[in-house]
Amino acid sequence: MFEELIGKRSNPVRNTIERGAVRKFAEAIGDPHPVFTDPAFADEKGLKANIAPPTFPVTFDYGKIEGLDLPKAGLIHGEQSFEYKRPLYVGEALRCYREIEKYQERKGKLGQMGFLFIKSTAEDRNGELVMTATQTIILSETVRKGMKG
Amino acid sequence: MSLRVKKPGDRLESITLPPVSRLDLIKYAGASGDFNPIHTIDEAAEKAGLPGMIAHGMWTMGNLGKLFTPYVGEGFIEKFSVRFAGMVFPGDHLTLSATLKEAQGAQQTYEAVAANQDGAKVIKGEIVWRLYGE
Repeated sequence: MFEELIGKRSNPVRNTIERGAVRKFAEAIGDPHPVFTDPAFADEKGLKANIAPPTFPVTFDYGKIEGLDLPKAGLIHGEQSFEYKRPLYVGEALRCYREIEKYQERKGKLGQMGFLFIKSTAEDRNGELVMTATQTIILSETVRKGMKG
Repeated sequence: MSLRVKKPGDRLESITLPPVSRLDLIKYAGASGDFNPIHTIDEAAEKAGLPGMIAHGMWTMGNLGKLFTPYVGEGFIEKFSVRFAGMVFPGDHLTLSATLKEAQGAQQTYEAVAANQDGAKVIKGEIVWRLYGE
């Protein structure tokens, strides 16, 4: 049911990394370090701005992939990865989009399990790749049957 | 305090988190925008077949990253990948640890783990650290 969505990409959305959002996020993961929150600390360390924590890109809007309608309940987040060319800076604007990378099914504990790989991308204003993230979502047989119904 | 001097087999200073609280997860829901109620409301989690509310996997992953935060002046996380190997419940005591597996020039690959009070790994991960100026 996901095979026909492979390679489908969302329309890019512009996301600006807001200082307050970074501070709140850093606090929520128990890591309110001045490298994320204090401009004077960034200056002192020779950074061009405060940076965002490595998992901060979960807060971005990557746009909607047309035809991808995942159920609200019953999804399992199996794996997650982030890959960076450089850290993300507070204040910068990124162009973000995502696509369905692949879909696999295999037998598991809960019957025939579906594995959906969604790749998210962030580019800077010059179109340079800055970050990619891959999320693996596991869908049990029951969840997929519910979707078909 | 530097990661430059680490040799394969060396560990970073591990971190023991205070017991996971419901408020931690409510705060993370707000800061991340992930309002799936299985992370904040017991009844919703039970309806989904879980014993009770469970932490966002991304909350635990976010916490794991802080092992490296003290070193951000000398490098950055180039790659951070995890498998969510077990569920985390309110009251759990998590310990975060990282061990250098491999070093090649400016690139260091660490095995990073979050384990609960029973020693069960709830996250099995890998962090590639890139040192500046090598």
